[in-house]
Amino acid sequence: MDFSFLAQQVINGISLGGLYGLIAVGYTLVYGILRLINFAHGDIMMIGCYFAFYGIFMFSLPWWASFLLAVILTAAAGILIDIGAYRPVRNAPRISALITAIGVSFLLENLGLVLFSGRPKAFYRPEFLSEIREIAGVRILDLNIWSFVLTLVLLGVILFIIHDTRTGRAMRCIAYDMETTKLMGVDVNRIIALTFAIGSAAAAAGGIMWAMRYPQINPLMGIIPGLKAFVAAVLGGIGNVTGAMLGGLLLGIIEILLVALRPDMAGYRDAIAFAILILILLFRPTGLMGQKLPD
Amino acid sequence: MDPHRKRNQALSLAAIAVVAAVLYFADSGASDYQIRILNNCAIFAALAVSYNLINGVTGQFSLGPNAFLAIGAYTSALLTMSPLEKELSFIIDPVIWPLNEIQTPFYVSLLAAGSVSALFGLLMGFPVFRVRGDYLAIVTLGFGEVVRVVANNTQSVTNGPLGLKGIEAHTDLWWTSGFALATVFFVGRLVRSSYGMALKAIRYDETAAEAIGINTFWHKMLAFIVSAFFAGIGGGLLAHLITTISPSLFTFFLTFNLLIIIVLGGLGSTTGAVLAALLVTWGGEALRFVEEPMQIGPLDIPGIPGMRMVIFSLLLVLMMIFARQGIMGTREFSWNAVFSGIRRLQRGPGKAK
Repeated sequence: MDFSFLAQQVINGISLGGLYGLIAVGYTLVYGILRLINFAHGDIMMIGCYFAFYGIFMFSLPWWASFLLAVILTAAAGILIDIGAYRPVRNAPRISALITAIGVSFLLENLGLVLFSGRPKAFYRPEFLSEIREIAGVRILDLNIWSFVLTLVLLGVILFIIHDTRTGRAMRCIAYDMETTKLMGVDVNRIIALTFAIGSAAAAAGGIMWAMRYPQINPLMGIIPGLKAFVAAVLGGIGNVTGAMLGGLLLGIIEILLVALRPDMAGYRDAIAFAILILILLFRPTGLMGQKLPD
Repeated sequence: MDPHRKRNQALSLAAIAVVAAVLYFADSGASDYQIRILNNCAIFAALAVSYNLINGVTGQFSLGPNAFLAIGAYTSALLTMSPLEKELSFIIDPVIWPLNEIQTPFYVSLLAAGSVSALFGLLMGFPVFRVRGDYLAIVTLGFGEVVRVVANNTQSVTNGPLGLKGIEAHTDLWWTSGFALATVFFVGRLVRSSYGMALKAIRYDETAAEAIGINTFWHKMLAFIVSAFFAGIGGGLLAHLITTISPSLFTFFLTFNLLIIIVLGGLGSTTGAVLAALLVTWGGEALRFVEEPMQIGPLDIPGIPGMRMVIFSLLLVLMMIFARQGIMGTREFSWNAVFSGIRRLQRGPGKAK
């Protein structure tokens, strides 16, 4: 095995893992604040892809306008889901919230099947992203370079919001102690809705890049990336945004390397994430960068 | 001691006799479609009761019953299929020894299905019960996925994505209803025993349960293994009912169906689980019309496949928001409650107490 082969696989892993990471950010934000596994997160990502799809093919928007609009609409959808489904169960036992999230996930998937039909649809990929360039013997699709750059930019924006704005400070306070934050005069419901908006927007951005990679979409496309992004979030330490990104990258690299080095194991690809999850929960439940969880 | 114990037992036996009579006539008179629904009702009632033992009674939110169903279905199917049949269906890789030589009667295969599934429950329990709450949910969900992926890839044991075809249709109304009855009886007894008390204590407050000397790990394990045992047998019955199984049958979707049932029945109520299983299975059939083309006045609505699942998932969300207790909450059906209800009605609403 030569170096360029290995480098190629690591690059492939990073470009896949960056997307896992971006989707994982939404999981980790919501979990950090509400201690809720938002099962529907992968399906919110799917909704984002369909917004982008219909923006181009039904309303003939230019691709960048459609993608931007899709991200904004998905953020709005995230807020709606929070207000409609999660806010009413906020003071219920945590398991009820989890069941609600599973229900929302199935609702979105099946609504998708009913509204968009189960047949996969071809997704648009701008011409200039389809070029393959070769750097030091490693072949990279332009799309993957731009995706990764954009992912890092979005991560930077999200980190800025969390650490350097008043909204972000309120988010961190809620994660620490929701009741006290309420007493300090923070509109907790508004901040949580905003958190859902940010997480959903990140999912939509990740989803659109995911869709351009393959390039097709279907109503069940969110399940597997959603589950893997959750594993990435746990791997990085749930509640920690940088950790989620690192977890995503690590998961992507491990997956690609295993398939490249042991092609006979390729069928087990989707099981690796869960094997990692189980091992992490057994030996290092706080993940790579997480603090000790209460509970 | 309950003064009405004799009466209640007599009523229960009478109810069983009535159900048996109905089944007897259904067995000879009903259409295949109706019998199929009855079979599904009975299997899902038993599966819901066993799933409810771990999720409702013990409060450990497992999302992996599809794994046990898959294990049970494959175990029993591989045992009842004849060696020749196996040789014919395993076209990519031949089936491994000793599966290529043995063939057992149906009841042996069901017992094996339950036992193998329970054994997997035991093995899974060690990592699963190191975590709690929503992490436990995700880990069990993960195991469900892993079992499905493994079934897809172990060509020489499960025949991979091709699945197993031509399983003999051994399952009939008597098997399914007998299994449902046995499950309700056994799980019901377990819940009312001192073990059951301990399981409920774990549901209410695990730390407190530990503090009063309950070995929470092994009690949770007990519930998990019993649940896995019955789920395994249920899987075996299911395999011999539909006669064709493949890994794609045992996705999270199956777990979702069971989850709706036990939430509707009330997490923690055995009789609620039975009631909800009947309602959901029957309701799923009754709702078929929403997926067919309809004509409302001048409007022509084309058939919308998938609409039923939209309704069911909406139902789950709405229940969580407005009726978290489900039909029965954690209560159980009892004849005493029925009689006191009747007495209350006779006395009139004004004096009800």
